Amino acid sequence: MIDQQQNEMAIDCFLLAGRIMMESGAETYRVEDTMLRMARSQNMSDAQSYVTPTGIIFSLGGTHPTRITSISTRITDLHRIVLVNNVSRKLTSQMITLEQAYDELKKIQKTNYFLPIALQVLAASIASSCFLILFKGMWSDMPAAFIAGGVGLYVVTMVHGFTRVKFFSEFLAALVVGTIAYFAVQFGYGTEIDKIIIGSVMPLVPGLLITNAVRDLMAGHFIAGIAKGAEAFLTAFAIGSGIALVLAF
Amino acid sequence: MDYVIQAILSFVATACFGVIFNAPTKAIPYCGFVGSIGWSIYYALSVQGIDEVRASFIGAFVVAIVAQLFARRYKMPMIIFSVSGIIPLVPGGIAYNTMRNIVELDYAMGIQNGMRAFMISGAIAMGLVFAEIIMQILLRMMSKGKTSIQSFIKLKKPR
Repeated sequence: MIDQQQNEMAIDCFLLAGRIMMESGAETYRVEDTMLRMARSQNMSDAQSYVTPTGIIFSLGGTHPTRITSISTRITDLHRIVLVNNVSRKLTSQMITLEQAYDELKKIQKTNYFLPIALQVLAASIASSCFLILFKGMWSDMPAAFIAGGVGLYVVTMVHGFTRVKFFSEFLAALVVGTIAYFAVQFGYGTEIDKIIIGSVMPLVPGLLITNAVRDLMAGHFIAGIAKGAEAFLTAFAIGSGIALVLAF
Repeated sequence: MDYVIQAILSFVATACFGVIFNAPTKAIPYCGFVGSIGWSIYYALSVQGIDEVRASFIGAFVVAIVAQLFARRYKMPMIIFSVSGIIPLVPGGIAYNTMRNIVELDYAMGIQNGMRAFMISGAIAMGLVFAEIIMQILLRMMSKGKTSIQSFIKLKKPR
């Protein structure tokens, strides 16, 4: 009886670890690997896991229970990946017990590790104006890119909070970026509209998704790779159509 | 002078991406360093007249190697360092031009630019994956101690 309870908790713990990692944007093969390593460290060597970007199936093998967890939101939160990785590292080297690991994971899931939004917007602004120069833009266009990039990230974060539809928030953000760049050029605060837009949409570009998609494909996770590729394509399409709408006028 | 400006700006831009992707605070400077190396190599190669696909491949290759080294050093997943590191290499400008061509109904030019963007993203991804696999093989060989001197060092090391 105790053994069964132990198994139940173990499976909950591994699924939670996998889920946090997947929601934070880790590669699929890494999630599978982490879950299996954790299971093996608890002498559950028959464990099998099947991870896709939208759900995880985990089984301890034999007549032991199998569980599913579904994943609905996927964001980029590298801090959480590191924390879960640390927990798994400690568990596999027997530094902590399963109970402690589960408690730590629950704490990680509850805490919000994001830096304040103001700081993120500032980072996006600075990054946009740096990219303007990297892409051979003019120094005099920097203020326009600074504002457009910051506002773009702010809009995508805020609208995503309301609507939960990624495509729409990215489309709207790209539209706002394009409009700001257009008016900046119209009122003489900028010269090259192309360069300003390219610099300012960089914070919205799905860099993580593209890398992970190809990485997963090469690791043999075709379903995950294709799914993430589709997500990346949709994001790129949203940004492109938002900008295109501005350019069309 | 130009190289210095490019290196500094790419450092700042990549570090800012570390903030947006919510990397752990102490990893952010290293993210910036990885991105700066990748972009500097890309920039130096493209100034030399090497085409952007090859330059992106080499840039991403170096990014992945440095990211892997940092990952070993600081015991964090490699993705932390490589994700922001490749951001400057992403063909944002070409993708934008593709969209612009299509809106202006210049489909021939749009397809051409689209292919370029596709090739560059493929090159970046291949650079990342190749570097990761090569590093894994190398590290495995080193940890097993293929050469006699390495296994000797391993034996000497106190457990």
